[in-house]
Amino acid sequence: MEKTNSYSVKYRLKKNKWAYIMLIPVVLYYFIFHYIPMFGIVIAFKDYTPFKGIIGSEWAGLKHFISFFNNMYFWRLIRNTVLISFYDLLFNFPAPVILALLFNEVRNRHFKRTVQTISYFPHFISLVVMCGMIRSFTLSEGIITNFLVSIAGIERESLLQNAKYFRAIYVLSSTWKEVGWNSIIYMAALSGINTELYESCEIDGGGKWRKAWHVTLPGIRNTIILLFILRTGALLSVGSEKIILLYNSSTYETADVISSFLYRKGLQEQNWSYGATVGLFNALINLIFIVLANTTSRKFSETSLW
Amino acid sequence: MNTVIKKQHAAHGLRREGAGERVFNCFNYLFLTLLGVILLYPLYYVIAASFTDTNYLISSADKMLLYPHNATVEAYKVVLKYPLIWNGYKNTIFIAAVGVLVNMAMTIMGGYYISRKDLLFRNFIVKAVLLTMFFSGGLIPNYLLVKSLGLLNSPFALILPGAISTYNMIIMRSAFDAIPSELTDAVEIDGGNDVVLLWNILVPITIPTIMVLVLYYLVGHWNSWFPAMIYMSDKERWPLQLVLRKILIETSELSGEAGSDVQSIGEAVKYAVIVVSTIPVLAVYPLIQKHFVKGAMIGSLKG
Repeated sequence: MEKTNSYSVKYRLKKNKWAYIMLIPVVLYYFIFHYIPMFGIVIAFKDYTPFKGIIGSEWAGLKHFISFFNNMYFWRLIRNTVLISFYDLLFNFPAPVILALLFNEVRNRHFKRTVQTISYFPHFISLVVMCGMIRSFTLSEGIITNFLVSIAGIERESLLQNAKYFRAIYVLSSTWKEVGWNSIIYMAALSGINTELYESCEIDGGGKWRKAWHVTLPGIRNTIILLFILRTGALLSVGSEKIILLYNSSTYETADVISSFLYRKGLQEQNWSYGATVGLFNALINLIFIVLANTTSRKFSETSLW
Repeated sequence: MNTVIKKQHAAHGLRREGAGERVFNCFNYLFLTLLGVILLYPLYYVIAASFTDTNYLISSADKMLLYPHNATVEAYKVVLKYPLIWNGYKNTIFIAAVGVLVNMAMTIMGGYYISRKDLLFRNFIVKAVLLTMFFSGGLIPNYLLVKSLGLLNSPFALILPGAISTYNMIIMRSAFDAIPSELTDAVEIDGGNDVVLLWNILVPITIPTIMVLVLYYLVGHWNSWFPAMIYMSDKERWPLQLVLRKILIETSELSGEAGSDVQSIGEAVKYAVIVVSTIPVLAVYPLIQKHFVKGAMIGSLKG
């Protein structure tokens, strides 16, 4: 080992010459498509115009930040982002755990495999197609509207035009699309549990419930915690794609989130610097959240991402 | 004797069930069946509705559609005559084919480098790569970069910025890590360089992982629409999903084009468009499902 360390850099470069040559495109990729945009954030502190370029544009200090914080919609954006994310966490985090536990209790293999295969499929439907389906289904004569009118007695209308339904549509459609797929990771954790633990629990007279409580849940606890960290770390990063496909100006009140606002202001209205400011704000908040979630978890459960 | 049987039953998970457990099992099968139906019905409805007369779709306010009514293929005739869809297919196939090649070449080379703990700069590069998973420049700086590279309206705007998924590269790394170092040492002693080692020895061994990643990237390209929306203003170059967005989300693009006759089958046409665009996924899903599940498992074990 000592000898390895004393090899000169030149020798080591030469020895694995091809490894470094193959690394060049990878480094270039990360530099160009990840690090240059990070430097590009500097326009958040400038009055960027395409004509003057990033370097030539005048400094603007914190002007765009102040303007964003004072925007009349600032708190609405924060509220919508947090609420959509929170409801999503509330329903779509436990749902796949419960589904995996239910799958785990099924003894009939064919039945289990059939339902699992069905449940994974919506994951592969594209977002555009799913949102197109939602749109058609929730028209005032659509099938979901029909169903809700007859079951819950709601007023007949195009549901996507009504702000009060937006969050429910957003969250429940995610359940449909991802609950089966997200259960896979828990199924993997469940299959890793030592069967001897179940046997010894039975010998101790434990029934189904005690086995579930004392063996199954502890067995997937770390997976749950790890995914929970990741999820809470993303609490303020509701992606723009699904929002943009589903919302319209009559539902901004509940649907407009930071990322969709950024898309409208930054790209559609071409307020480049303002858009970069909103983006930087969002990225920093997300970074703080993931670090906080990780630190908290490490403190209480010894499970962490890093 | 009794205890022996009991033990055997325990080993097979066949302990005698109490009443509570029987009720639970009953409920469980019932619930999962219902869930399967709920998850599948929307897709079934789309297929049935695409063959149904639109007037029926609009007027049948309270009925569930269990089979096509007044079965007709009018909707498909409209779709077949719509050039943007087929053009979109062509563009998507090009982007996906070239994209996956670029993705895999880059992911394999990057994964190889970070799997070699003896190489120079490794720790620095690993940290720099991981940082990009937690912090990024964001939408606007990325857009300005693509624009200044002259990639607007080029398919490479949809290929290069996502050339590597760091997550997939880490999966690739773990596949290389699992190969015993004796093998790599032997190749080096025989005088084989990194190119030979990687492409002739390591890649063939890790084909199962590579297949999973190919599928991940492929589905990613197939379903992607957002980058195309911001980078492609030229309709001729739109990938399929962006065409779909135009038809399904923005307006009823197909109706109104050929007069009132088409207008009346607008909804059915949308469903037909969904079917036509989803057929490839539907067709290969049974074949590749297993690989995807395996991929999700690899990811979870590493997670």
